[in-house]
Amino acid sequence: MAQDIMNVFLADDDKDDRTFFSDAFEDLKIQTKVSLFNDGQQLMDYLLQPLSILPNILFLDLNMPIKSGIECLHEIKTIDRLKNIAIAIYSTSASDEDIEQTFISGANIYIKKPSDFKTLQKILSDVVSINWQYQTSSLNKDNFLLKM
Amino acid sequence: MKLFLKFDFNTIARIHLDNLLTHANINYKTIALGEIEIIGDIDKETFSKMHQNLASNGIEIVESQKSVFVQKIKDVIIEMISNSESVSVKSSYYLAEKLNHSYGYISNLFSEVTYSSIENFIIIQKIELAKQLIIVNDLNLTEIAYKLNYSSVAHLSTQFKNTTGITPSAFQRIIFKRKEIANKK
Repeated sequence: MAQDIMNVFLADDDKDDRTFFSDAFEDLKIQTKVSLFNDGQQLMDYLLQPLSILPNILFLDLNMPIKSGIECLHEIKTIDRLKNIAIAIYSTSASDEDIEQTFISGANIYIKKPSDFKTLQKILSDVVSINWQYQTSSLNKDNFLLKM
Repeated sequence: MKLFLKFDFNTIARIHLDNLLTHANINYKTIALGEIEIIGDIDKETFSKMHQNLASNGIEIVESQKSVFVQKIKDVIIEMISNSESVSVKSSYYLAEKLNHSYGYISNLFSEVTYSSIENFIIIQKIELAKQLIIVNDLNLTEIAYKLNYSSVAHLSTQFKNTTGITPSAFQRIIFKRKEIANKK
Protein backbone atom coordinates (compact mmCIF):
# COMPACT_ATOMS: atom_id res chain seq x y z
CA MET A 1 0.00 0.00 0.00
CA ALA A 2 1.13 3.50 -0.81
CA GLN A 3 1.53 4.53 2.81
CA ASP A 4 3.78 1.65 3.76
CA ILE A 5 7.45 2.20 4.36
CA MET A 6 9.98 -0.38 3.34
CA ASN A 7 12.72 -1.11 5.83
CA VAL A 8 16.11 -1.47 4.18
CA PHE A 9 19.30 -2.58 5.96
CA LEU A 10 22.84 -2.44 4.65
CA ALA A 11 25.97 -3.89 6.24
CA ASP A 12 29.12 -2.58 4.57
CA ASP A 13 32.46 -1.66 6.09
CA ASP A 14 33.23 0.98 3.46
CA LYS A 15 32.01 4.39 4.57
CA ASP A 16 31.78 5.83 1.06
CA ASP A 17 29.79 2.86 -0.16
CA ARG A 18 27.36 3.31 2.72
CA THR A 19 26.82 6.99 1.93
CA PHE A 20 26.49 6.27 -1.78
CA PHE A 21 23.91 3.62 -0.95
CA SER A 22 21.71 5.64 1.38
CA ASP A 23 21.80 8.66 -0.95
CA ALA A 24 20.58 6.48 -3.79
CA PHE A 25 17.38 5.73 -1.88
CA GLU A 26 16.45 9.34 -1.36
CA ASP A 27 14.67 9.92 -4.65
CA LEU A 28 12.88 6.60 -4.92
CA LYS A 29 9.11 6.50 -5.34
CA ILE A 30 8.77 3.75 -2.77
CA GLN A 31 9.20 5.15 0.70
CA THR A 32 12.13 3.54 2.42
CA LYS A 33 13.87 3.76 5.72
CA VAL A 34 17.54 2.88 5.39
CA SER A 35 19.55 1.61 8.37
CA LEU A 36 23.30 1.24 8.05
CA PHE A 37 25.67 -1.15 9.84
CA ASN A 38 29.45 -0.86 9.75
CA ASP A 39 30.17 -4.57 9.68
CA GLY A 40 28.65 -8.01 9.88
CA GLN A 41 29.09 -8.30 13.63
CA GLN A 42 27.24 -5.06 14.34
CA LEU A 43 24.43 -6.22 12.07
CA MET A 44 24.09 -9.63 13.70
CA ASP A 45 24.24 -8.14 17.19
CA TYR A 46 21.26 -6.04 16.26
CA LEU A 47 19.26 -8.74 14.45
CA LEU A 48 19.71 -11.24 17.24
CA GLN A 49 18.00 -9.04 19.79
CA PRO A 50 14.60 -10.62 20.31
CA LEU A 51 12.67 -7.41 19.67
CA SER A 52 14.72 -6.08 16.77
CA ILE A 53 12.83 -4.61 13.84
CA LEU A 54 13.45 -6.83 10.84
CA PRO A 55 14.16 -5.37 7.43
CA ASN A 56 12.05 -6.07 4.34
CA ILE A 57 15.33 -6.45 2.55
CA LEU A 58 18.90 -6.77 3.76
CA PHE A 59 21.93 -5.83 1.67
CA LEU A 60 25.17 -7.57 2.60
CA ASP A 61 28.63 -6.63 1.48
CA LEU A 62 30.71 -9.79 1.06
CA ASN A 63 34.12 -8.63 2.23
CA MET A 64 33.89 -7.25 5.73
CA PRO A 65 36.28 -7.64 8.65
CA ILE A 66 35.25 -9.63 11.75
CA LYS A 67 32.20 -11.18 10.13
CA SER A 68 31.84 -11.44 6.36
CA GLY A 69 28.61 -11.22 4.38
CA ILE A 70 28.69 -14.95 3.70
CA GLU A 71 29.01 -15.72 7.41
CA CYS A 72 26.05 -13.45 8.13
CA LEU A 73 24.06 -15.15 5.37
CA HIS A 74 24.77 -18.63 6.74
CA GLU A 75 23.94 -17.53 10.26
CA ILE A 76 20.69 -15.81 9.27
CA LYS A 77 19.49 -18.86 7.37
CA THR A 78 19.77 -21.01 10.49
CA ILE A 79 17.60 -18.74 12.65
CA ASP A 80 13.85 -19.17 12.33
CA ARG A 81 13.00 -15.58 13.08
CA LEU A 82 15.44 -14.28 10.48
CA LYS A 83 15.55 -16.84 7.72
CA ASN A 84 12.74 -15.32 5.66
CA ILE A 85 14.36 -11.94 5.27
CA ALA A 86 15.06 -11.20 1.62
CA ILE A 87 18.82 -11.00 1.23
CA ALA A 88 20.72 -9.09 -1.41
CA ILE A 89 24.45 -9.62 -1.75
CA TYR A 90 26.01 -6.30 -2.62
CA SER A 91 29.56 -6.68 -3.72
CA THR A 92 32.30 -5.97 -6.16
CA SER A 93 32.58 -8.49 -8.95
CA ALA A 94 32.87 -12.19 -8.32
CA SER A 95 33.06 -15.26 -10.49
CA ASP A 96 29.86 -16.88 -11.76
CA GLU A 97 30.53 -19.87 -9.51
CA ASP A 98 30.83 -17.64 -6.44
CA ILE A 99 27.59 -15.92 -7.32
CA GLU A 100 25.82 -19.22 -7.84
CA GLN A 101 27.17 -20.41 -4.49
CA THR A 102 25.66 -17.42 -2.67
CA PHE A 103 22.31 -18.19 -4.28
CA ILE A 104 22.57 -21.81 -3.19
CA SER A 105 23.34 -20.58 0.33
CA GLY A 106 20.04 -18.74 0.30
CA ALA A 107 20.67 -15.25 -1.09
CA ASN A 108 17.84 -13.91 -3.23
CA ILE A 109 19.65 -11.16 -5.06
CA TYR A 110 23.19 -10.57 -6.24
CA ILE A 111 24.17 -7.02 -7.09
CA LYS A 112 27.49 -6.08 -8.53
CA LYS A 113 28.34 -2.66 -7.12
CA PRO A 114 28.17 -0.22 -10.00
CA SER A 115 30.69 2.60 -10.27
CA ASP A 116 28.29 5.42 -11.06
CA PHE A 117 25.47 6.80 -9.00
CA LYS A 118 22.74 6.82 -11.67
CA THR A 119 23.17 3.10 -12.32
CA LEU A 120 23.08 2.38 -8.62
CA GLN A 121 19.81 4.31 -8.27
CA LYS A 122 18.28 2.39 -11.14
CA ILE A 123 19.41 -0.97 -9.76
CA LEU A 124 18.21 -0.29 -6.24
CA SER A 125 14.89 1.02 -7.47
CA ASP A 126 14.36 -2.14 -9.55
CA VAL A 127 15.40 -4.41 -6.70
CA VAL A 128 13.15 -2.73 -4.19
CA SER A 129 10.12 -2.79 -6.45
CA ILE A 130 10.57 -6.47 -7.33
CA ASN A 131 11.06 -7.25 -3.66
CA TRP A 132 7.83 -5.39 -3.02
CA GLN A 133 6.04 -7.61 -5.54
CA TYR A 134 7.29 -10.66 -3.71
CA GLN A 135 5.96 -9.34 -0.43
CA THR A 136 2.58 -8.17 -1.69
CA SER A 137 1.61 -10.46 -4.55
CA SER A 138 1.90 -13.86 -2.94
CA LEU A 139 4.77 -14.93 -5.15
CA ASN A 140 6.81 -17.88 -4.00
CA LYS A 141 9.79 -16.44 -2.17
CA ASP A 142 11.73 -19.67 -2.54
CA ASN A 143 11.95 -18.93 -6.23
CA PHE A 144 13.11 -15.36 -5.80
CA LEU A 145 16.49 -15.15 -7.52
CA LEU A 146 17.76 -12.01 -9.16
CA LYS A 147 21.14 -11.04 -10.47
CA MET A 148 21.79 -7.42 -11.43
CA MET B 1 1.52 -5.29 45.53
CA LYS B 2 1.45 -7.47 42.49
CA LEU B 3 -1.67 -7.71 40.33
CA PHE B 4 -2.51 -10.02 37.51
CA LEU B 5 -4.44 -8.47 34.67
CA LYS B 6 -6.61 -10.04 32.10
CA PHE B 7 -7.30 -7.99 28.99
CA ASP B 8 -10.36 -8.02 26.83
CA PHE B 9 -8.57 -6.93 23.70
CA ASN B 10 -11.72 -6.40 21.65
CA THR B 11 -13.11 -3.91 24.14
CA ILE B 12 -9.78 -2.18 24.49
CA ALA B 13 -9.43 -1.92 20.73
CA ARG B 14 -12.94 -0.54 20.33
CA ILE B 15 -12.45 2.12 22.99
CA HIS B 16 -9.06 3.01 21.63
CA LEU B 17 -10.38 3.35 18.08
CA ASP B 18 -13.34 5.38 19.25
CA ASN B 19 -11.05 7.79 21.11
CA LEU B 20 -8.85 8.29 18.08
CA LEU B 21 -11.66 8.83 15.60
CA THR B 22 -13.82 11.00 17.84
CA HIS B 23 -10.81 13.08 18.64
CA ALA B 24 -10.19 13.60 14.93
CA ASN B 25 -13.85 14.61 14.46
CA ILE B 26 -14.54 11.66 12.25
CA ASN B 27 -18.11 10.49 12.18
CA TYR B 28 -18.36 6.75 11.88
CA LYS B 29 -20.33 3.70 12.75
CA THR B 30 -19.12 0.26 13.66
CA ILE B 31 -20.18 -2.48 11.26
CA ALA B 32 -18.33 -5.36 12.83
CA LEU B 33 -15.18 -5.94 14.78
CA GLY B 34 -12.48 -4.55 12.54
CA GLU B 35 -14.89 -2.95 10.13
CA ILE B 36 -16.20 0.57 10.28
CA GLU B 37 -18.04 2.88 7.94
CA ILE B 38 -17.14 6.53 7.77
CA ILE B 39 -20.25 8.67 7.51
CA GLY B 40 -20.14 11.44 4.96
CA ASP B 41 -17.25 12.37 2.69
CA ILE B 42 -13.75 12.65 3.94
CA ASP B 43 -11.08 14.62 2.10
CA LYS B 44 -7.71 13.23 1.16
CA GLU B 45 -5.79 15.15 3.76
CA THR B 46 -8.01 14.10 6.65
CA PHE B 47 -7.86 10.54 5.41
CA SER B 48 -4.08 10.47 5.28
CA LYS B 49 -3.89 12.07 8.74
CA MET B 50 -6.29 9.49 10.11
CA HIS B 51 -4.31 6.74 8.42
CA GLN B 52 -1.06 7.90 10.01
CA ASN B 53 -2.66 8.46 13.35
CA LEU B 54 -4.16 4.97 13.41
CA ALA B 55 -0.92 3.43 12.21
CA SER B 56 1.10 5.04 14.98
CA ASN B 57 -1.44 3.65 17.44
CA GLY B 58 -1.07 0.14 16.16
CA ILE B 59 -4.14 0.08 13.92
CA GLU B 60 -3.68 -0.56 10.25
CA ILE B 61 -6.23 0.18 7.55
CA VAL B 62 -6.21 -3.08 5.70
CA GLU B 63 -7.50 -2.09 2.32
CA SER B 64 -8.45 1.05 0.58
CA GLN B 65 -10.78 0.80 -2.40
CA LYS B 66 -7.83 1.29 -4.69
CA SER B 67 -5.89 -1.60 -3.29
CA VAL B 68 -8.98 -3.77 -3.43
CA PHE B 69 -9.22 -2.98 -7.14
CA VAL B 70 -5.51 -3.57 -7.66
CA GLN B 71 -5.89 -6.95 -6.01
CA LYS B 72 -8.65 -7.71 -8.49
CA ILE B 73 -6.39 -6.70 -11.37
CA LYS B 74 -3.68 -9.02 -10.08
CA ASP B 75 -6.14 -11.89 -9.73
CA VAL B 76 -7.37 -11.41 -13.29
CA ILE B 77 -3.79 -11.31 -14.61
CA ILE B 78 -2.82 -14.48 -12.79
CA GLU B 79 -5.95 -16.23 -14.03
CA MET B 80 -5.26 -14.99 -17.55
CA ILE B 81 -1.70 -16.32 -17.56
CA SER B 82 -2.45 -19.70 -16.10
CA ASN B 83 -5.28 -20.37 -18.51
CA SER B 84 -4.06 -21.72 -21.83
CA GLU B 85 -6.88 -20.10 -23.80
CA SER B 86 -6.61 -16.58 -22.43
CA VAL B 87 -2.82 -16.42 -22.36
CA SER B 88 -2.78 -15.76 -26.10
CA VAL B 89 -5.37 -12.95 -25.94
CA LYS B 90 -3.99 -9.41 -25.93
CA SER B 91 -3.79 -8.54 -22.26
CA SER B 92 -5.09 -4.97 -22.56
CA TYR B 93 -8.34 -6.19 -24.15
CA TYR B 94 -8.67 -9.02 -21.72
CA LEU B 95 -8.26 -6.84 -18.64
CA ALA B 96 -10.51 -4.06 -19.93
CA GLU B 97 -13.26 -6.54 -20.68
CA LYS B 98 -12.95 -8.53 -17.45
CA LEU B 99 -12.73 -5.50 -15.19
CA ASN B 100 -15.13 -3.31 -17.09
CA HIS B 101 -12.87 -0.25 -17.14
CA SER B 102 -10.69 1.30 -19.82
CA TYR B 103 -7.19 -0.11 -20.00
CA GLY B 104 -5.76 3.37 -19.43
CA TYR B 105 -7.59 3.67 -16.13
CA ILE B 106 -6.61 0.17 -15.02
CA SER B 107 -2.99 0.63 -15.91
CA ASN B 108 -2.64 4.06 -14.25
CA LEU B 109 -4.22 2.92 -11.04
CA PHE B 110 -2.05 -0.15 -10.99
CA SER B 111 1.17 1.84 -11.35
CA GLU B 112 0.05 4.32 -8.72
CA VAL B 113 -0.51 1.66 -6.08
CA THR B 114 2.18 -0.90 -6.87
CA TYR B 115 5.00 1.30 -8.24
CA SER B 116 5.34 -0.92 -11.25
CA SER B 117 3.58 -1.20 -14.57
CA ILE B 118 1.02 -3.83 -15.54
CA GLU B 119 3.25 -4.96 -18.41
CA ASN B 120 6.05 -5.50 -15.93
CA PHE B 121 3.77 -7.37 -13.55
CA ILE B 122 2.59 -9.67 -16.35
CA ILE B 123 6.19 -10.48 -17.29
CA ILE B 124 7.09 -11.17 -13.66
CA GLN B 125 4.08 -13.45 -13.27
CA LYS B 126 4.84 -15.34 -16.47
CA ILE B 127 8.43 -15.85 -15.40
CA GLU B 128 7.20 -16.98 -11.97
CA LEU B 129 5.01 -19.56 -13.63
CA ALA B 130 7.93 -20.62 -15.82
CA LYS B 131 10.01 -21.05 -12.63
CA GLN B 132 7.40 -23.31 -11.09
CA LEU B 133 7.19 -25.39 -14.24
CA ILE B 134 10.99 -25.63 -14.42
CA ILE B 135 11.14 -26.88 -10.83
CA VAL B 136 8.41 -29.46 -11.30
CA ASN B 137 10.50 -30.65 -14.22
CA ASP B 138 7.67 -32.35 -16.11
CA LEU B 139 7.98 -30.17 -19.15
CA ASN B 140 11.05 -29.19 -21.11
CA LEU B 141 11.74 -25.57 -21.94
CA THR B 142 10.18 -25.82 -25.40
CA GLU B 143 6.95 -27.07 -23.90
CA ILE B 144 7.00 -24.39 -21.21
CA ALA B 145 7.55 -21.69 -23.84
CA TYR B 146 4.59 -23.02 -25.80
CA LYS B 147 2.36 -23.23 -22.74
CA LEU B 148 3.09 -19.65 -21.76
CA ASN B 149 2.59 -18.40 -25.31
CA TYR B 150 6.17 -17.38 -26.05
CA SER B 151 7.00 -17.40 -29.76
CA SER B 152 10.11 -19.49 -29.16
CA VAL B 153 12.36 -20.99 -26.49
CA ALA B 154 14.84 -18.22 -27.22
CA HIS B 155 12.20 -15.62 -26.44
CA LEU B 156 11.38 -17.26 -23.11
CA SER B 157 15.06 -17.71 -22.21
CA THR B 158 15.84 -14.09 -23.05
CA GLN B 159 12.95 -12.76 -21.02
CA PHE B 160 13.87 -15.09 -18.16
CA LYS B 161 17.45 -13.86 -18.23
CA ASN B 162 16.40 -10.21 -18.53
CA THR B 163 13.99 -10.50 -15.62
CA THR B 164 16.07 -12.58 -13.23
CA GLY B 165 19.65 -12.04 -14.43
CA ILE B 166 20.23 -15.78 -14.64
CA THR B 167 19.44 -18.42 -17.22
CA PRO B 168 16.64 -20.98 -16.79
CA SER B 169 19.18 -23.78 -16.41
CA ALA B 170 21.19 -21.89 -13.77
CA PHE B 171 17.93 -21.28 -11.94
CA GLN B 172 17.08 -24.98 -12.01
CA ARG B 173 20.58 -25.92 -10.84
CA ILE B 174 20.47 -23.49 -7.90
CA ILE B 175 17.04 -24.59 -6.68
CA PHE B 176 17.97 -28.27 -6.92
CA LYS B 177 21.21 -27.74 -5.03
CA ARG B 178 19.36 -25.81 -2.33
CA LYS B 179 16.97 -28.72 -1.95
CA GLU B 180 19.83 -31.18 -1.75
CA ILE B 181 21.34 -29.20 1.09
CA ALA B 182 18.00 -28.86 2.88
CA ASN B 183 17.41 -32.61 2.62
CA LYS B 184 20.77 -33.42 4.12
CA LYS B 185 20.03 -31.45 7.27
